[in-house]
Amino acid sequence: MEEYGGGDLLGEAMCAGARVVVVEDCVEAPAAFVLHLLLKRALAAGGGGGAALLALAHPFSHYDRILRKMGCNLSMHRKSERLHFFDLQAFPGGTRGGAIADSLAQLYSAVQRVVETYRAGENAGRLTVMIDDVSLLEVAANGSADDVLDFLHYCVTLTSEMNCLLVVLIHEDIYSSEDGVGLLAHLRYIADLVIKAAPLSTGLAADVHGQLSVVNKGMLIEQRPAKGQKVWNFHFKVKENGADFFYPGSRH
Amino acid sequence: MADAAVRCLRDGRLDGEHAPALAVEGSLQCCPLAARAMLHVAAAVASNAAAGKAQARGLVVVAFDRSPEVYLDIMLRHGLDSNALSRCVRILDCYSDPLGWKQNIRSQQQQENSGTPCSTNKDTITTFRSVKDVDKLSCSIIDLGRGFEGEGKTYFSVAVDSISSMLRHASVQSISGLLSNLRSHDQISSIFWLMHSDLHETKFSRAFECLSTMVACVEPEVVDSVYGEERRGDMSFLEHNYSKAKFHVRLKRRNGRVKHLYEELCVEGYDVKFISATSVSMEVNQSLLPKVQFNLELSEKERSDRANVVLPFEHQGKGEPIRIYDGRRSLPEAHQDPNLTTAALMDETEALKSANPKGEIHYLRDSDDERPDSDEDPDDDLDI
Repeated sequence: MEEYGGGDLLGEAMCAGARVVVVEDCVEAPAAFVLHLLLKRALAAGGGGGAALLALAHPFSHYDRILRKMGCNLSMHRKSERLHFFDLQAFPGGTRGGAIADSLAQLYSAVQRVVETYRAGENAGRLTVMIDDVSLLEVAANGSADDVLDFLHYCVTLTSEMNCLLVVLIHEDIYSSEDGVGLLAHLRYIADLVIKAAPLSTGLAADVHGQLSVVNKGMLIEQRPAKGQKVWNFHFKVKENGADFFYPGSRH
Repeated sequence: MADAAVRCLRDGRLDGEHAPALAVEGSLQCCPLAARAMLHVAAAVASNAAAGKAQARGLVVVAFDRSPEVYLDIMLRHGLDSNALSRCVRILDCYSDPLGWKQNIRSQQQQENSGTPCSTNKDTITTFRSVKDVDKLSCSIIDLGRGFEGEGKTYFSVAVDSISSMLRHASVQSISGLLSNLRSHDQISSIFWLMHSDLHETKFSRAFECLSTMVACVEPEVVDSVYGEERRGDMSFLEHNYSKAKFHVRLKRRNGRVKHLYEELCVEGYDVKFISATSVSMEVNQSLLPKVQFNLELSEKERSDRANVVLPFEHQGKGEPIRIYDGRRSLPEAHQDPNLTTAALMDETEALKSANPKGEIHYLRDSDDERPDSDEDPDDDLDI
């Protein structure tokens, strides 16, 4: 059952060629669980992939505890250097000084070094660069969306040059006001794939926690040109050890 | 149509005039399609240049949003071989390292610095590392364009993808200055750019539209008019919009006439296909008539019959008496006296006075100037 529900529908919806994944959530329906699932998948034993987690929201122990329940030992992966954890809760740090652009450039150089050493090693799989979350990065940059976008652009170049996967979490409701275009609109342009978590449109339910929309924006160079569906909608229920995904009404 | 726009870009500039400019615009609702349309135009312009059909010898692509490989790939798919690519296409790569961060890392690692802007192994692609410097960018574009071979004065086309990314690094004034400088440069045959209209205030995208001679808008086929894009959970219309869109082209002729063209754009494999629809004027004519079950249109015969009907006032004065009631006489009297004079009017009033008064109201008009049913306000001269 876990295998069936544990991200199967999500995996089906996510097209293999997507390189920039933007996960949008809101207060009523947090999508952190999507990040956990993607992190678990990136580190899954068969694939041999790696991950670099830029954590602004939570400390390592938080992810470790959650992923352990999902059957993935982050501490072990960290020791074997398949997971690189950047603890950025104090980013950019008071002591370092200098402009935020420099801090972001330094952060990028650290990420790039990780990617390069990963590719130089014996690893066959893909490296996933994950940012949790971009809204906090913008806060750290004193609200300067341009600097954050520069940083993200460099991360995007990693995906095309070094075959990485970039996963970014952003809180959509922060940007819902009409104060022009923020980070969110730019991110939606950058993204190949948008995963959007929202509360149930029909109201609260005991056994459904929300609905997930997956939009494949379609890459310019498609992996499968004749690919059919681009937009997927389904419900989810978050559990201790993963999440269930199912189509509306298909649950007994 | 896309073809018409591409033809304009192909034919290039006339001596002493600005180069034709095409602005491709798209919004988030159909953004992959706008980008695809831009790539399509770029590939078409490049293949025209390679075939020697165009005024331009080559195309300089200023790439911000996509890696240069994407352009090369799409051009290869359009039938250009690698020989033609290296002859006719130059890509100014502002994607890989726009701010020079990577170069800094490399120089830290290797303690050696290669000069800027450094060419990569392929001579088609030139990496540009200081996008905030608009003057330098413009110089690099023109330098690249001068590199095309050809006898005499060589022209070239410029593609900018996209203005929206440039605007993150520089002000609107400097970018519009760059574009108009490029347009007036005497070696540039044509220029076209992509813009994401919803990333900017409307006035900015309007300002860039004013700089161009052609505007191609990629608009979503289906719009949720009630909720707009932001309706939670309902993205079903996106499915449709990501594979099909409306393609509106506005062409400004040299004599000032503006022509609107309308096409449908749909994804086909790696490329986009343009399906020509009837031009917009036809669309408007049809859509003005309400959709009803009976026929509101006239046939040719009905139309000519209608034109032959003599309207009531049309025969007046052609030998027959004028039958227009002027409010002063009864019709039979006017019938007998078509040439109305003041004397006749006096006679009439005399006749009325001598008649037997039986509670009738007699009204004498003050002057002939005043029309009987003047709708001027009677209280106009009151001073309250």
